[in-house]
Amino acid sequence: MQTITTPDTAIKRKKGKRARLKMSLALLSMMAPGLIYLIINNYIPMAGLVVAFKRYDYGAGIWGSEWTGLSNFTYLFKTQDAFNIMRNTIGYNLAFILLGNLFAVTVAIMLNFLKGKYSKKLYQTTILIPYLISMVVVSYIVFGFLSQENGFLNNLIASLGGEKISWYTQSKYWPVILTIVNLWKGFGYSSILYYATVIGIDSSLYEAATVDGAGRWKQVWHITLPGLKATIITLVLLAIGRMFYSDFGLFYQVPMRSGLISSVTDTIDVFVYKGLTQLNDVGRASAAGFLQSVMGFILVLSANFAVRKLDKDSALF
Amino acid sequence: MVNKKIGGQVVLNIIFILLTISAIAPFLLLLSSSLTDEGTLVREGYRFIPKNFSFTSYEYLFQSGSKIFKGYGVTLLVTLIGTVSSVLMTLLFAYPLSRKELPFRFGFSFFVFFTMLFNGGLVPTYMMWTQTFHIKNTLWALIIPGLLMNGFYVIMMRSFFTSSIPDAIIEAARIDGCGEYGTLFKIVLPLSKPMIATISLMIGLGYWNDWTNSLYYVTDENLYSIQAILNTMISNIQFLTSGQSTVASNVDISKLPSVGIRMAIAVIGVLPIMVIYPFFQKYFVKGIVVGGVKG
Repeated sequence: MQTITTPDTAIKRKKGKRARLKMSLALLSMMAPGLIYLIINNYIPMAGLVVAFKRYDYGAGIWGSEWTGLSNFTYLFKTQDAFNIMRNTIGYNLAFILLGNLFAVTVAIMLNFLKGKYSKKLYQTTILIPYLISMVVVSYIVFGFLSQENGFLNNLIASLGGEKISWYTQSKYWPVILTIVNLWKGFGYSSILYYATVIGIDSSLYEAATVDGAGRWKQVWHITLPGLKATIITLVLLAIGRMFYSDFGLFYQVPMRSGLISSVTDTIDVFVYKGLTQLNDVGRASAAGFLQSVMGFILVLSANFAVRKLDKDSALF
Repeated sequence: MVNKKIGGQVVLNIIFILLTISAIAPFLLLLSSSLTDEGTLVREGYRFIPKNFSFTSYEYLFQSGSKIFKGYGVTLLVTLIGTVSSVLMTLLFAYPLSRKELPFRFGFSFFVFFTMLFNGGLVPTYMMWTQTFHIKNTLWALIIPGLLMNGFYVIMMRSFFTSSIPDAIIEAARIDGCGEYGTLFKIVLPLSKPMIATISLMIGLGYWNDWTNSLYYVTDENLYSIQAILNTMISNIQFLTSGQSTVASNVDISKLPSVGIRMAIAVIGVLPIMVIYPFFQKYFVKGIVVGGVKG
């Protein structure tokens, strides 16, 4: 910065235009690989969504296949699957949003009350560990708990004199199991997210409240929660914007692909994958995928619109 | 009053110790079952503390686990190449976006941003990669689709540049005769180390843990990553015993610790993350905090 010397302004102006052009080209050249990648990886598949209105022919590809109008959609909605996957996707999302945020906010507030600097850090570090592990490994761990013959839970039940349960064949347990797994894997992540907001709350507010004689609970109610309101609303609305999407790994790996429980574990993502590769049911898969993309888009726009209304700074755009 | 405060802290600590245990204990079950001999495991089941300590699962893996070593190699290679190229591409894309001089700046930003709002989904994506680019059963399939550049990280890095790198520094570098690339790599990059570290870790974790790309695009066992091996073993319990006929011919098949082995592979799959994580945890936490709300 110390080397700023003002050269002759006339020369500067002459060189200015060429220099600017050179600079623009250099900047654009940096972006070239990324632009090409986004076009291929993201934009071409968007155009490829038209496959939902075609009868897909492997030989002809997306563009060469015949148009069939809405038949993929009517076929999809004729089956019970359409209802199941919609119900599961939305239902699990609602449960995860509600419980996940409730739990995370509680943990974040408790973390803020903790005194020890090192213990605080230790707890923060450890609760994040499940978040770092792939769903495949998680499914192995869950299997260790739920295996019919010698899983930890069945052994526990047996040692207490109960009857072993065949977890992987009975659908009634799975809404609870999947919710627990999701909470377990995600609570550290969202707790830390909320905690970052909690520590940002002006500490003089607490001091003032203490002087006024407000107890812990009153402080939480009147200072911490209002301070978290914007973050909670933002995260919840963004999650609602992703209501038609699900964690493919959670719903595909953790139930160990057991067909007997698929009516309560298959979400749109699992259905699309199965239709595409296992059942060779491209038509229905593409119709479900199309609905997911389009409805997801509408929902995320609406959610963002809602965030903007409530708190402009938290909106995505 | 003082007693009440201490009491509160004790209760809080107990709650957090329980939370910590519930976060870690499941891994203990995994580790313990990989360290139990097969007979005990089948007879007594999964326990948190191994009853009969045994390293047979790991010994078996080392003796006959050429697939596992190969898988480890694939995972390492893919994570390395993927992370380096992905971070580089993200950097090269995010930096110009942060510069006011970039023509069509708003348009380019929107171009990235839109990919976070709308996508084609699996069906067209799968068809494009397999039919147009013939990516099936290549190493590229594990590196390129979906993972190579994420709009989310681009936006995150751009915001960092906009807020933390003063224009004056870039201006000064330009006047000193530094080209755009020189400015980025010699001036901006050294100032952005924590951000680069955070994003590299997030991207690296994504590559290490990825199993979907191999599920979609890879059927050749030579290209199986650790995650892919684990994934196939769920549907094919006999994976090791069937594929290892030459190596395992001198081993009594009935004594193969198949359950323990699967758990052992899962353990060595998560081990590197567990080893690295404590040293870099502040970057992970930072990544979550910076990226979370705006994601």
